[in-house]
Amino acid sequence: MGQIEIITANTAAAIAAKLCRVQVISAYPITPQTPVTEELAAMVESGDLKAEYITVESEHSALASVVAASQVGARVFTATSANGLLYMHEMLHWAAGSRVPIVMACVNRGVGAPWTILNDQQDTIAQRDTGWIQMYCRNSQEVIDTMIQAYRIAEQIQIPIMVCYDGFILSHASTPVDVPFQDEVDRFLPSLEDRSGIDGKTPMNVNPLILSDPRPDANGVLMPGYMEFRYRLQQDILGSLEAIQSVDSEFQDTFGRSWGGSVWGYHMDDAEHAIVSMGSLASECTVAVDQLRSEGIKAGVVGVRVYRPFPSSQIVELLSGVRTATFFEKDVSYGYQGALAMDAKAAMYESKSRPEISSYVVGLGGRDVRPEQLAEATLKCVKGPVQHCWLNVSG
Amino acid sequence: MSKNSTPIRTVSTPAEGEAGKTGDWRSQTPKIDHEKCSQKDSCLLCWLYCPDGVISATFPLEINLTYCKGCGICAEECPRKAIEMVDDK
Amino acid sequence: MKSHQSYEIIWHGRGGQGAVTAAKMFTEAAYYAGFKGVSAKPTYFSERRGAPVSIHTRISPEPIRTFSNVLFPDIAVVLDDNLLEMVNVTANIKTGGLIVINSSKSAYDLELRGRFTVAISDAYHCSEAAGLIIEGNVLVSTSILGPLVAATNFVGLDNVQKAIQHKFKGKSLERNLKAMELAFEKTTIVELDNMSAVAQG
Repeated sequence: MGQIEIITANTAAAIAAKLCRVQVISAYPITPQTPVTEELAAMVESGDLKAEYITVESEHSALASVVAASQVGARVFTATSANGLLYMHEMLHWAAGSRVPIVMACVNRGVGAPWTILNDQQDTIAQRDTGWIQMYCRNSQEVIDTMIQAYRIAEQIQIPIMVCYDGFILSHASTPVDVPFQDEVDRFLPSLEDRSGIDGKTPMNVNPLILSDPRPDANGVLMPGYMEFRYRLQQDILGSLEAIQSVDSEFQDTFGRSWGGSVWGYHMDDAEHAIVSMGSLASECTVAVDQLRSEGIKAGVVGVRVYRPFPSSQIVELLSGVRTATFFEKDVSYGYQGALAMDAKAAMYESKSRPEISSYVVGLGGRDVRPEQLAEATLKCVKGPVQHCWLNVSG
Repeated sequence: MSKNSTPIRTVSTPAEGEAGKTGDWRSQTPKIDHEKCSQKDSCLLCWLYCPDGVISATFPLEINLTYCKGCGICAEECPRKAIEMVDDK
Repeated sequence: MKSHQSYEIIWHGRGGQGAVTAAKMFTEAAYYAGFKGVSAKPTYFSERRGAPVSIHTRISPEPIRTFSNVLFPDIAVVLDDNLLEMVNVTANIKTGGLIVINSSKSAYDLELRGRFTVAISDAYHCSEAAGLIIEGNVLVSTSILGPLVAATNFVGLDNVQKAIQHKFKGKSLERNLKAMELAFEKTTIVELDNMSAVAQG
């Protein structure tokens, strides 16, 4: 139990970075992430946070700076949104390939053109194949808690993590947040052990050009090829689901709050109809389920907290027993369907008992999504599947 | 999935000949005319521009032919035309 | 209005006027009053000083799980009576709801129509009297809480004072408290029924 404060998710993320005692911060301001950078810069300026704040001219440089700092063993933090995240795209691959435990707050915002500064999840979904772990938060409490968990997970498995939360909807909304005490965070998250192998005295090659096949280096040591390194990344990111679960359990033991590991359920025990979603939209879906239950429909929510690695077996387990599954998401893979629905359908192919699956794209570019709309749309799918429908759109 | 012994990061110690004995790649060899060479530390443009670091920074200049790829940059950069690329065969 | 209910509030102000600050302080006061779920979500597009902005607030005995816009508010709070000409602030207020306005005019003069309670206080001049002026601007973000707390009973003056004490220090705290208390005292509450205004006290 910490101190309750009425704060935004942006403030929660900044406080979490401070509680995690980050040593190097580099970020470039972009709406709606800007307050995170402002608040951290103020903490560094005042001396409340002993960290190096590197100001840069772009998001590409921001991520490059924290990759470099992380490579030499510092605990680092950055944050961005939308087009800023897209500008980082090259360095995202570089960070994952370098196996650096960066934690980045991604404040979800729609992507231009045309310009929008308002929320959807297209920005992070478009980065799903970069080798990062992606965690989606449903409220500001989950943001502060996930940030703390993320450093533990990232440092354990040496893979960077995006902590994603919805722009404005969470980033600028003030709600009560239980801010953990520093000594508790210190116990949960010990200081970072330097595993870089770089001491600053001996010259080292970091991420040199390597060939396709394994080959002995100049000292006669057999060096793996590109594919071996990338296979190891895939094995470790798939294996991280276990770490994510155990870190969440341990977090619960220390702080009394669990966020369900990679997937959480709401009224799923006896549910006949599942609603599947991510982020604050999944929270909105729980209100829709309350409404459906009051109308006699046995509905439940499957909240996907971790999108990469994709928790396929947990999702299959939760959806195998239901009659229908309706997906709501704030992204689309243009030319096909919503990314979450696509992935879950692929996972369900392995299952013998498959529900009828419907999918909706909602809330792009800040379009308001209301629980009663979600309930109504779900009810339609209970009667018969709806293929890739855009909710509340004219034209 | 089975545990893999591959290190997670691509980090190595730099050493001579990391890319192999690149002297094998050479079809032309730099020949130095030590008379034309300034033999002064204030020049050393060949040493500075050599992409493989095979030219000595001491005089008379020496080139390590085990690793010299024969790219000819030293000959191009020398202001006194003291280096000439000659065919190996 | 009773304390075991949930409330939805829309705040209308101009960018930079302090509507966000006011909404945040009131939700904090509601939290002190025992409401476990409070939220204040600004819906401004981008930071635009002077443009009409709104903040959507929910106050509930249970933690808030919906972040959608408030469509049918129990209460609308208007920080500037000039906004009445630009924004339909009485739109969708629930029957029996409340509208709180910073104005030197009466409900009759403001030509309000509907079935709701109107609480009016001249928050601007209360702030001015309390010396709440920064760089020539009179700040109404705390004084507007005066008529709001005067016309409701689920948060309480003491909790609003506590929220102000949490936000401000020293001279600034004194001025903010004084401005809010002045506006509280000078609140006129009128119940409107359809097209007519009936003074009640």
